[in-house]
Amino acid sequence: MSDGTAPLGLPASPSLPAPAKRRPLVRGLGPRIGLAIVLALCAVALLAPFLGAGDPYAISLSQELAPPGPDHPLGTAENGVDVLAQLVHGARISLLVGFLATLISAVAGTLLGTAGAYRGGVVDEALVRVIDVLLAFPGILLAIFIASVLGPSLGNVIVALCATGWTGYARLARAQVLALRDRDFVHAARAMGASTPRIVLRHLVPNLLGPVVVQATFGLPGAMLAEASLSFLGLGVPPGTPSWGALIDQGTQYLMIAPHVALFPGLAMALSVLGFNLLGDGLRDRLDPRRR
Amino acid sequence: MNRILRRTGGALFAALGAVLLVSIFLDLVPGDPVDSILGEQAQEADRAALRQALHLDEPLPARLWIFARDAATLELRSSVPPFQDRVFDRIGKALPNTALLAGCALGIALLVAVPLGLLAGWKPGGKIDAAASGFAVLGVAMPRIWLGPLLILFFAIRLDWLPVSGLEEPAGLVLPAFTLGIALAAFLARMIRASLLEATSEDYVRTARAKGLHERTVILKHALRNAMLPVLTVLGLQLGALLGGAVITEKVFNYPGMGTLLLQAIDRRDYDMARACVLAFTLAYVLVSLLTDLAYAAADPRVREGR
Repeated sequence: MSDGTAPLGLPASPSLPAPAKRRPLVRGLGPRIGLAIVLALCAVALLAPFLGAGDPYAISLSQELAPPGPDHPLGTAENGVDVLAQLVHGARISLLVGFLATLISAVAGTLLGTAGAYRGGVVDEALVRVIDVLLAFPGILLAIFIASVLGPSLGNVIVALCATGWTGYARLARAQVLALRDRDFVHAARAMGASTPRIVLRHLVPNLLGPVVVQATFGLPGAMLAEASLSFLGLGVPPGTPSWGALIDQGTQYLMIAPHVALFPGLAMALSVLGFNLLGDGLRDRLDPRRR
Repeated sequence: MNRILRRTGGALFAALGAVLLVSIFLDLVPGDPVDSILGEQAQEADRAALRQALHLDEPLPARLWIFARDAATLELRSSVPPFQDRVFDRIGKALPNTALLAGCALGIALLVAVPLGLLAGWKPGGKIDAAASGFAVLGVAMPRIWLGPLLILFFAIRLDWLPVSGLEEPAGLVLPAFTLGIALAAFLARMIRASLLEATSEDYVRTARAKGLHERTVILKHALRNAMLPVLTVLGLQLGALLGGAVITEKVFNYPGMGTLLLQAIDRRDYDMARACVLAFTLAYVLVSLLTDLAYAAADPRVREGR
């Protein structure tokens, strides 16, 4: 599935210990494009105020819903707000929500899944039951519920996304630990008197990291999409905050007269998701032991 | 058989847990439903009467019991005006619409993904493979909240080929179903390709080829059957995601389905309606995963006859 990487990418000979550390983490055209998009997106988000894109809150009623032109490269939205400035600052919100939701989900999920698999018994049973309940209906539904309970705010969106987000990581970590638990190196560590926290943190978690990072690379754009969907439903960030989803929501009302309002934020969203997915494909081929 | 019974039990438990979870969340929604129905100037006596009529004066477990009793006897009514609305009438109208939408989306996804994935996996590295990879990467990346308006803009407004959405004519389903199904199509095409590639490197395929069987027979009869097993598992999981996507798609197209009903119920604080919607969603989910299990057993003789 490594798009663009020729069969040359296969390990040369199984008998040789592969000099894995020498190979770059991101190889092939697709993953490189992905990395470039992701880095560009991060740069835009970090440098948003210094890019000269203008004030995302500046109102000019005479310019309402103006098409792209010299004053406003991507046109204006409701109240004459500049679309480009909204996009640039929206990237911050989108990435911030995506990054924090993914980080919290990944850490919590990995720890819970590891604990469940390693301890077994009631702890594991409870964990599996909770995950089953959370996976018994679409994740976006729970996010919608939580967001509407807590009200629109940046933190609440993150909470809503984490509420179901951690389950994927917990399942992954649990499956991996169940497989790793009886491997020789774990038995060896225990025989040498290593404590449980030491075995978990020094021997199990490092072996989990590859798959978890890969999953997080796909989880992050998923969280960005979910934030956009929530904001689209009016349940995401507070009204007025620059958000791609909210801008798309606004734009759908003006499809006939000002299609650019919905077009550009959607394009930015699609490009970001594409970038992370391409990067994720590359990382998966490299980091996931299940894929050779 | 045992396995399926166990799965059913687990799934029903999960469905009950989901309704419980949602009930607790609904309880936490800020604002008093009585306030939003009667307005803040209402007389205290009226408020108390309404509170009692809606069983809001009872603790959560009692309310859940009343909900379960009414739900079981199909007598559940809307908990905001007009109270006469029977929840199951509304769901009975909305659920087939959502099922239709999801079914069409699944149909589109399979129609696109199966040939594309097969052709791509048959000749990896070829032109079709490149096109399929491109489609797979782009299709997954397209947010529905954007793809929907985009399709409306081009096919309904600019070209005027299709209605935006609607149930009066079959054409009204095209744009919503496409919006909902395209990501699944992309995902499945990719999965089928990978799965077929894996199957074609197996010994039994080499044996079939060595026997001198026609390449088409090798792929379609030997490789494909095995390649579909992992696809089936993933499809079951993805159908759940399709239901979630339906909520968003319905909102984009203003389509009268379960998602619209649920969003409306949350908005109006119609607790019983919202709970019933979630119950319907989870039951649909449970049903889908059971059907997937059955299909898997039917397709895999090792599961069918084995332990």
